[in-house]
Amino acid sequence: MRRVAVIGVGETKYGEHWEKSIRELAVEAGLRALEDAGISSEDLDAIVGGNMSAGSYTGQDHIGALIADFSGIADRHIPAIRVEAACGSGGAAIHVGFNLVASGMYDIVLVGGVEKQTDVGVDMSKEILAGASDREWEAFFGATFPALVAMMAKRYMYEYGDIREQMAMIPVMMHENAMNNPDAHFHRRITVDDVLNSPPIAEPFHLLDVAPVSDGAAAIILAPLDYARKNYDTVVELAGSAVATDYIGMHDRPSLITLAANVHASRKAFRMAGMEVRDLDLLELHDAFSFLPIVTLEDLGLAERGKGASLVEEGILSMDGDLPLSPSGGLKAKGHPVGATGVGQAVEAVWQLRGQAGKRQVPDAEKALIQSIGGTGATIAINLFRREK
Amino acid sequence: MVVPRHWREREHRYRLVATKCKICGRIYFPPRSVCPNCGRKSIGNMEKLQLSGNGTVYTYTIVHSGMNAFKLQKPYILAIIELEEGPRVTGQIVDAEPNEVYIGMPVRMVFRRIRQEGASGIIHYGYKFAPR
Amino acid sequence: MVGIVSYGAYIPRFRIDTGEIARVWGEDPNRAKKSLLVESKAVAGPDEDACTMAVEASRYAIRRWGGDPADIDVIYVGSESHPYAVKPTASILADALGASPHVMAVDLEFACKAGTAGLISAMAMVKSGMARFGLAVGSDTAQGAPGDALEYTAASGAAAFIVGSQGVIARLNGFHSVTTDTPDFWRRAGRPYPRHGGRFTGQPAYFKHILMAARGLMEKMGTGPEDYDFAIFHQPNTKFPLSAGKRLGFPKEKILPGIVVNKIGNTYAASMLMGLARVLDKAEPGQRILAVSFGSGAGSDAFDFTVTENIEAIRVDGVPTVDELIERGRFVDYAIYAKYRGKILMGDEE
Repeated sequence: MRRVAVIGVGETKYGEHWEKSIRELAVEAGLRALEDAGISSEDLDAIVGGNMSAGSYTGQDHIGALIADFSGIADRHIPAIRVEAACGSGGAAIHVGFNLVASGMYDIVLVGGVEKQTDVGVDMSKEILAGASDREWEAFFGATFPALVAMMAKRYMYEYGDIREQMAMIPVMMHENAMNNPDAHFHRRITVDDVLNSPPIAEPFHLLDVAPVSDGAAAIILAPLDYARKNYDTVVELAGSAVATDYIGMHDRPSLITLAANVHASRKAFRMAGMEVRDLDLLELHDAFSFLPIVTLEDLGLAERGKGASLVEEGILSMDGDLPLSPSGGLKAKGHPVGATGVGQAVEAVWQLRGQAGKRQVPDAEKALIQSIGGTGATIAINLFRREK
Repeated sequence: MVVPRHWREREHRYRLVATKCKICGRIYFPPRSVCPNCGRKSIGNMEKLQLSGNGTVYTYTIVHSGMNAFKLQKPYILAIIELEEGPRVTGQIVDAEPNEVYIGMPVRMVFRRIRQEGASGIIHYGYKFAPR
Repeated sequence: MVGIVSYGAYIPRFRIDTGEIARVWGEDPNRAKKSLLVESKAVAGPDEDACTMAVEASRYAIRRWGGDPADIDVIYVGSESHPYAVKPTASILADALGASPHVMAVDLEFACKAGTAGLISAMAMVKSGMARFGLAVGSDTAQGAPGDALEYTAASGAAAFIVGSQGVIARLNGFHSVTTDTPDFWRRAGRPYPRHGGRFTGQPAYFKHILMAARGLMEKMGTGPEDYDFAIFHQPNTKFPLSAGKRLGFPKEKILPGIVVNKIGNTYAASMLMGLARVLDKAEPGQRILAVSFGSGAGSDAFDFTVTENIEAIRVDGVPTVDELIERGRFVDYAIYAKYRGKILMGDEE
């Protein structure tokens, strides 16, 4: 198996792109990644696109070919395939792209992620997103996405006590971090009181506990590590990549105070990378709901069971802490264009490890973990990045 | 037209018919055609089992920003119910106020309208849960 | 012997005070309470309809009975508010109970007597040997036009009766039915609310048919009011059944046990059956019951039952009595009632 590097990254701004279509967003991110890598679209051997629901959101399926076409390379006839794992589509697409390069099948692979969510109203969006759960046995009965994760948080709090305020600190932190990210959906500080007093969505979650509906796209270009070493000064390796699955319906899981796929994917990715969790310099976690990073910190072994919230309280995860959480602003404040999100996390990780993250730069960052959650945890992708010294 | 998709689930949705693995005895609801415990040996060995409909609340939430299909019931109570035969199931709790629900609350299955395909389309009936 | 082997009632949880309805329409808040003797009515929730209530009432009946739903060979569901104009409630009920597929199931409509029409038809099927057990349900989410006099009483509820020849709790002694073309109340196809003939619904409709059916039955049976312990009549309000009973010579004490309309309103196809269920909750072996329904359009079914010693065996835990169902009510205001019963013009669904 060949080792794999990231040679180019790019993304669009996240937010409400009323004037841009899904194809324009995807092409924009892809071209930025190509420009960053200093190559052209003719150099690509394959495209992998992460996307959850283009068909439902825009009526457009078959977006692999569409994006290749509108990138101007239809007559190169390269493979271009969409990867779908709900909200974890981006992370899963990276895993597929990684395998294409690692296997030796292709050399230069663009992994893109895109979602155009604002072409439908919010009611329809809720139904579409609920397709990431078990449609027939959860969503059918009125389970929205926030409601499902809220039931997880409720059970967690039943077992370990109230962490309502600690959860609220996560969106506050994310909004703070996003102040320094020009691509972020939101540039506005919020307080714990703002979170607690925002309209209730599904108890214990309020509006500001929940990531927004965003449009956006992100892309990274993968190549063999040897190729990167030859052609680039700073080399960021995609050192470990794993995807794990779990019961799709939350009701079938033996426990709701852990995401089993977190444990399995992270263990595998760390083993592959030869890294340990304590080596990490930063995390980009899937904070679609303020509770999720807390259970993830426990699943990663960064905190004991029931103690994830204290990590938040102790400030370890803030920008000046030991292990900054989502310098990009996370899903909450950078935005959550579902299929793009996981790829966007990789863009942030690469910028951080290259030292190109501007005002939100984590000093001398070398190793980063990104996590992409599909559904309520039925798919989790963990990707690990390492800068070569 | 999504009639067949719902129609084929009716005995499960109308009256909580589960599947049971004849090999290991495990009970599944929502129903499964393969037992995760016995794998391919269970194929053809899953039998139907009528559940009692009684259970307790394993976890729940009060949904304020719900789906449009449940607009008239806002805020509604969504829960995972641990049925007395073992399986857990996701469903709404009715005939109770949000502040009356608690983890461990005994509930029983009731038969309600779940959704409808617009004013002229088919009505989907199924289970909800009420305090016992 | 053929008769009732089990029964179950269902009353939805929500109630509206008739004074609250009067408040909205600028009428005397005590009007319905004084003239109709109806304090409140039962309101189905937004996720309930005649079908869901029929299922709930039938499940209670099955639980009391303890038999196998697959042994039910015929199902009748009487209602004037079937959720579908075309597509039977009875087939949904059959599946929901586990009685399908080897069952004859059909919907009936005859205003407020469709439930009792089902009851006698099911008994006839059993008596003829064409069915082992039968299920007859009256279930309605009755709608009166907003502001109409009917709105004070048009209510929601269901009552289900399993009939058979074994384990009979109330033996059918006799039956008499009357029918004439009397347009006192109707709803045209495709229209949301019914219309009625005002005072015409009284003497030439309700009273004429109830009295004719009751007298016809007593003549057939050679009985008089003194032979019955309970007299139950269709109850569009409290005044009518008391008045009908009086004219037939029944003292108030024999009528009041079967009165439910004062608290839950007129449950239409379930109305007389709900009263019968309430009487069966209390009746003792050997007691005799006269029960007369009325359906606009118009007709009445009169039943003569004697309670058997089997009645004790079906008083099981976990199945609520009619009084328990009445007591669990939660009052809502007119706005919530209007929302729940589809009286608010909604926007298009996305």
